[in-house]
Amino acid sequence: MKIAIEITYLVSSILFIFGIKFLGSPKTARKGNLYAAIGMFLAIAATLLDQQVLTFEWIIIGALIGSIAGLIMAVKTPMTGMPQMVGMLNGFGGGASILVALSEYFKKNPNYPVDTGMPFNLPVNEGVAIILSILIGGVTFTGSMIAFGKLQGIVTGKVVRYPLQHPLNALLVLAVVVAGVFVVIDPTMMNLVLAISVISLLLGVLLVLPIGGADMPVAISLLNSYSGIAGSMTGFVLGNNELIIAGALVGASGIILTNIMCKAMNRSLMNVVLGGWANAGSASSSTSSTSSPKGDVKSIDSEELAMLLDSVSSVIVVPGYGMAVGQAQHAVRDLVNLLEKKGVKVRFAIHPVAGRMPGHMNVLLAEAQVPYDKLLAMEDINDDFNNTDVVIVIGANDVVNPAARHDQNSPIFGMPILNVDYAKTVIINKRSMNAGYAGIDNELFFYPNALMYFGDSKDAMTKLVNEIKNL
Amino acid sequence: MEEYMFLMHVYVFALAIFVGFELITKVPPTLHTPLMSGSNAISGITIVGAILSAGMEQFTISTILGLIAVAFAMINVVGGFLVTDRMLKMFKKK
Repeated sequence: MKIAIEITYLVSSILFIFGIKFLGSPKTARKGNLYAAIGMFLAIAATLLDQQVLTFEWIIIGALIGSIAGLIMAVKTPMTGMPQMVGMLNGFGGGASILVALSEYFKKNPNYPVDTGMPFNLPVNEGVAIILSILIGGVTFTGSMIAFGKLQGIVTGKVVRYPLQHPLNALLVLAVVVAGVFVVIDPTMMNLVLAISVISLLLGVLLVLPIGGADMPVAISLLNSYSGIAGSMTGFVLGNNELIIAGALVGASGIILTNIMCKAMNRSLMNVVLGGWANAGSASSSTSSTSSPKGDVKSIDSEELAMLLDSVSSVIVVPGYGMAVGQAQHAVRDLVNLLEKKGVKVRFAIHPVAGRMPGHMNVLLAEAQVPYDKLLAMEDINDDFNNTDVVIVIGANDVVNPAARHDQNSPIFGMPILNVDYAKTVIINKRSMNAGYAGIDNELFFYPNALMYFGDSKDAMTKLVNEIKNL
Repeated sequence: MEEYMFLMHVYVFALAIFVGFELITKVPPTLHTPLMSGSNAISGITIVGAILSAGMEQFTISTILGLIAVAFAMINVVGGFLVTDRMLKMFKKK
């Protein structure tokens, strides 16, 4: 039986690998997800046959609660709420890891709950794995809950600072390491294990709280990676290869995404984790007020814009977080369909950090039935702005700020941006002239070829569609 | 023997990281959100450990921790796979 279970785990691991491989193309992605789901089903079935599993009632109760909660979340969460949902799922992954690690610790302790007087021998590698599982799982759990809160608007999306932020966190990490060493040397120190758990949970809160809303793509990716690594560590605790493999796959995925997000913001991971941008913003606030662009901002109303769009041949739409907040994706789709009917070539340019998580814009536009081959990544479309008639920027700001290219004093200097200012005309839809996340003025708004189209993204796009129809 | 097994696990871990890097660099940006929710579902594999804890003969604190862990992991498994499928259904070419 043991061999059969191990072989099932192997098959299941292979299914996970194929599942992720098929996620590499939109054509096969659904099949990939199904393969991974079958792999999961096999792993669960094999585990239920394990001779260690003697009672089923608690498993059934837990599985029912989890399945119902998961089902409700999967069905009810709107596409605009995907960042929150992924944030929360990261957390549950980490939470499961810390719980299993603690459970294993108590299981291995022969003097708990009844003192048998037997010595408690915990091999060093198991001890280390348990401590790491608790630490990473705990940080992932509470960190993800804070990230969820920030995305949902329950916790402030601003950069939060507290006194002695960095020394305090460093001290807490050190405390976990020291306590961990003691536990590995003498596993009977149960209070230290509990202390490590509490500190880890606290660390998750303290580490994610300072990260600002627009840095969430990085935070979510990083927590995604942690949840995988926590799973791998649990695999080391249990001596189970499948957990190690699945966790490593997820960990690698999160690290790659984190890296892509950091590059797209021209920032180091350290800078994001330590809540860096606000630093840069406050340091340069004195200089930026003097160098802030002056000049006239021209605005355009829906009627004029409809007329302008009547005589163009190519349009690129640049969506940002504002489109998600305004839930404007369907109105944008209507606009695109209308323009295409008139023979206009319309494409979308997606900046890697547009929105609140990797791929956020793509999912929203997919929901609005915009074909995915119309959505182009930054590097694939950036050279085309030169020969484009009109660019429509919807609720994006910092990712189209030309200061990133030339203003060495700008906090976003060096960040790769979409070259929307190279187009003949740039329409910027925004609710107001307020600065973007980086807290700096956008000189693009003052450019001679820029026209502001003020209003909530959904209202503005709906109005525009109606005006075009009335032409 | 114990050390040998541990080394084998490290071995598997290291190789799996490489496989992960190879596979995931090939996922296009348009699928990054489903990739994250799908990998959330896969990290629900901790359910294996949770079941072993919740299914022990004696009811101890380990059982209670295991019970909660089963619920957490199952949220990831069910929620993750379903929401990923819901998203992927929408991705259509012209």
